[in-house]
Amino acid sequence: MVQKLDTLIETPSQTAGPYVHIGCMPTYAGNAGAYDLEIGESPIADGAQGEVIEITGEVIDGTGWALRDAMMESWQPDAAGKFPGQAGADPKVSGYCRFAADSETGKFTLRTVKPGAVQARSGAMQAPHISVWVVARGINIGLQTRIYFEDEDNSTDPLLNRIEQQNRVQTLIAKKTAEGKYTFNIVLQGDNETVFLDI
Amino acid sequence: MSDRIQDRGPLIPRNRAAHPPAYDIDYKTSVPRSPRWSLLSLESGPSEETGPTFGHEILGEWDNNLIMNWTRGKAPAVGERILVHGRVLDENARPVPHTLVEIWQANAGGRYRHKKDTYFAPLDPNFGGCGRTITDENGYYEFLTIRPGAYPWPNRGNDWRPMHIHFSIFGHAFGQRLISQMYFEGDPLIYRCPIAATIKDRGQLDTLVAPLDMAKARPMDFLAYKFDIVLRGRRQTMFENKLEGM
Ligand SMILES: [Fe+2]
Repeated sequence: MVQKLDTLIETPSQTAGPYVHIGCMPTYAGNAGAYDLEIGESPIADGAQGEVIEITGEVIDGTGWALRDAMMESWQPDAAGKFPGQAGADPKVSGYCRFAADSETGKFTLRTVKPGAVQARSGAMQAPHISVWVVARGINIGLQTRIYFEDEDNSTDPLLNRIEQQNRVQTLIAKKTAEGKYTFNIVLQGDNETVFLDI
Repeated sequence: MSDRIQDRGPLIPRNRAAHPPAYDIDYKTSVPRSPRWSLLSLESGPSEETGPTFGHEILGEWDNNLIMNWTRGKAPAVGERILVHGRVLDENARPVPHTLVEIWQANAGGRYRHKKDTYFAPLDPNFGGCGRTITDENGYYEFLTIRPGAYPWPNRGNDWRPMHIHFSIFGHAFGQRLISQMYFEGDPLIYRCPIAATIKDRGQLDTLVAPLDMAKARPMDFLAYKFDIVLRGRRQTMFENKLEGM
């Protein structure tokens, strides 16, 4: 026998299920008014500094079908690379958003400001990115990924450079379709499967 | 940003063996929705170590009382009255104070109030099915609700979900984000459920089963169940501030 560690084991994840919206996005579930105030409705308030952008996409399964029941959360710093709560952070940026695939079309839209670059613990600068967490029926533990931008310099980003198969880097990069408009699909499985993170 | 010592240092890398694998052939929807390639493992950074925080100003008066919140106190929901309570802790066994806990559940007949739920068990006009609260300085939370019913779901020929309450917990860092489910002591459906069985370690599955807690039950009013939740912790050593390789 050895001494007993005084650490605990993390509670195991279980799927969010098809009705995650009841608890997280009541209006989407058809239950408007369940809460006086729903959280995560927008990551920015009017007057946020920086470029307002719109990212649209789909969450696609291994057969090529767009999920109608996926829910996502995003987390990001403001246009200057400061997270809410840090000194000097833009008070108009909450940085946090909840959004869902449309129940008819599967399309999602995230409207936010383009984030600034943030320094990693190592001192290296990371390219601007938005962290995304995806849950749904059939997803046993929430999937973490990141949205980078094709019109930013991503060449020295530490995470993107850790991807051995550089042909997969493009799965993390939003494509610009017009001024302030990007597309970003999340592919759960199969060809062009998104790089998911354990971080 | 927090100055608490447990909110410094990188997140402890996730012990994936504590969680269900993405792919489980007995949970059919996981088959096309599970990534095939390995996850990219990296040490956490600011994007994972910071996260949204929520204060009491978001909460309404009835938010943690699912018996009354749908009608804002006008009429109680049908069902067996229960208190669900416990603490949110981290892997270092420290309380996680001031964090948002959200729950959702079916009504006493096993029916969800969701535009996509078509099970023929009736809706309860006095039950919405969601609640939320913020842990106190000791990481403690409480909900008053009704015991949810078991319900059938399309998977194998005759699969039923055990009685369960869905939980969503934030912690203080986006990398701690967790969604799970609480089961009830003594429910024979737990060990027949393919979703519960996605957790391969029986000891880990047992941590989702809340025991009856008569010390918290109120006579002539409600039973109680205790459900503690453990989130990822952060590495705390005296070497965390040293330069790489020193
Ligand atoms: Fe459920």
